[in-house]
Amino acid sequence: MEGPPVIDVQGMTKRFGGRTVVNRIAMRVCEGQVYGFLGPNGSGKTTFIRMLCGLLRADGGSGTVLGRDVIRESAAIKRQVGYMTQRFSFYGDLTIEENLDFVARVYGVPQRVDAVRASLEHLGLHDRRSQLAGELSGGWKQRLALAACLLHKPRLLLLDEPTAGVDPKARRDFWDEIHELAAQGLTFLITTHYMDEAERCDRLAYISYGDLLVDGTVDEVIDTARLTTWSVEGGDALGLAPRLRRCAGVGQVVAFGKSLHVSGADAGALEGAIAPFRTPGYEWKRVRSGLEDVFIHLMESSTDNFSR
Amino acid sequence: MGGGIFSFRRLWAMIVKEFIQMARDRMTFAMILGIPVMQLLVFGFVINTDPRHMATAVLLADSGPHGRTLLEGLKNSTYFDFVKQVADEAEGRMLLTRGRVQFLVQIPENFSRDLLRGDRPAVLLEADASDPTATSGGISALGGILNTALLADFKGPLARLAQDPPPIEMRVHALYNPEAITQYNIVPGLMGVVLMMTLVLVTGLAITRETERGTMENLLSMPLRPIEVMVGKITPYIFVGYIQIGIILLAARFVFDVPVQGNLLLLLAASLFYIAANLAMGITFSTIAKNQLQAMQMSAFVFLPSILLSGYLFPFRGMPGWAQAVGEVLPITHFIRIARGVMLKGIGFGDLGFELWPIALFAVVVLFIGVARYRQTLD
Repeated sequence: MEGPPVIDVQGMTKRFGGRTVVNRIAMRVCEGQVYGFLGPNGSGKTTFIRMLCGLLRADGGSGTVLGRDVIRESAAIKRQVGYMTQRFSFYGDLTIEENLDFVARVYGVPQRVDAVRASLEHLGLHDRRSQLAGELSGGWKQRLALAACLLHKPRLLLLDEPTAGVDPKARRDFWDEIHELAAQGLTFLITTHYMDEAERCDRLAYISYGDLLVDGTVDEVIDTARLTTWSVEGGDALGLAPRLRRCAGVGQVVAFGKSLHVSGADAGALEGAIAPFRTPGYEWKRVRSGLEDVFIHLMESSTDNFSR
Repeated sequence: MGGGIFSFRRLWAMIVKEFIQMARDRMTFAMILGIPVMQLLVFGFVINTDPRHMATAVLLADSGPHGRTLLEGLKNSTYFDFVKQVADEAEGRMLLTRGRVQFLVQIPENFSRDLLRGDRPAVLLEADASDPTATSGGISALGGILNTALLADFKGPLARLAQDPPPIEMRVHALYNPEAITQYNIVPGLMGVVLMMTLVLVTGLAITRETERGTMENLLSMPLRPIEVMVGKITPYIFVGYIQIGIILLAARFVFDVPVQGNLLLLLAASLFYIAANLAMGITFSTIAKNQLQAMQMSAFVFLPSILLSGYLFPFRGMPGWAQAVGEVLPITHFIRIARGVMLKGIGFGDLGFELWPIALFAVVVLFIGVARYRQTLD
């Protein structure tokens, strides 16, 4: 069911000064996939994406994007890629329509006037097309940016935290649209900090301090982490947290409503650590580790590696 | 500890912070040190309201000794430097029109013979008076020179010539601005200054603005070539430049009554080169500056030499050689010559080419630097 690879790169490396920001990252994304790219702030996600679309020169690495050489053919790649920047980077002093018109002209979109009108109608912004883009709310700015990125019918979309600061309803609509487009064969590489969004991706990669720590489907990512999680409810479950955190073998203790999730990398050590707390009144049960548990676990262990 | 209406500790914290920031902003620091040095040099050496050593052409038709004595006297006055011996009046006039020389001295045929006969031969001094300051010194010194220069020759039997009235007649033709009206000279120059200041500044901000507003990242991710971005950004300002020229020309005509001797269409065509040069300079600053403030500072850095070394305020030929050399590089120097030439002297296309190519060369070189400096990536 996998299509041909759209992004197929190896060893991508970027250094700023003496600091390696992206360290030999390999990535393979196939046609029609929605590929989630996760990692803490400053982990190198944006830098990696900028290298893919020729905005930054790579210090090392090879491979192809849309069949073009990622290092040498960035001009050709730019024409077929839509890149949505983390910060809104269209012109606040142009109207919605003028922004779209500018983009359409730059890419030489055929039947430009019709394409812009169709885009405005699809956005539901046709009536507000004369409004200055700078006056739009966060959610609308993000929809405008997506529409502008789609105007030249790219085959690959690189979206850098497209839903940061957008309300839940707008986020859901946004993701519905992404899946619709993916069904038509468009490929997406999306960075996000939201776990619900990560779970809507076909595949995920997790990057920390420039290193790719894990990639695969949601289930694969969870399985490879080999994390054991217990949930405890009842009694003063939340009150147990400080004491549990001090126990050897306990990695993280996170409150979810009235229950507490306790995870650890070593299942035996974790079971030993929680044994004293398994008293009547508390209901303990094994649960499947969540994506967030896995990521926080990955992040903490990579921090250890980094500081060592 | 923290109260009180004034605390030296808080003041000290502020002072330390400002010192660190000032030292770190190298550009501003360079300006603070560079501008006084530049002003000292310029005001100290360049401004010369009694300029001497003006380039002068000579038309010497006399074969006798007294014509040469007279020329020697003119030269010794230090107001006139003879740079060229011309064959006829047409050639001398051309040099004046093109601004190659400030004066043309004509000593007529049979000057020595007529002098000895007591016929009071006439010596003609033609001056390019479009800038009155440049010629007034030489013209006013003329009377004294005439009275003394020939005295050495008037000995023995010629002593009678040393008496009143003076044995020669001096005619002065102040060309192009005979009434020595300062506005005639300043208004065309002002056109160059206004265009430069506004156009350099406005395009200087063009690319840094994209960077500062965060739109650069988007622009770079699109398939645009540097030359497309740069030329695209400066083209609208060509129209702005022409609007400014229109305003200044209207003011020159109806407010200052500056006569227009030459062809205005020619001036408008030549202006395109000058506008392009300034826009190219601005956009190149924009590719070098890190932010809008730096771009403005860089612009201010060219304003000073452009105004002072271009011949706009002070006679170009009154400046020392190095200042003239710097001035020759600046487009404004050549444009001011064109504007004055067309408006005051009525020069034609043939005279214009000499001033046009330095402007065009400047524009091409500067734009080339800009394109080379334009960062195509975010590195």
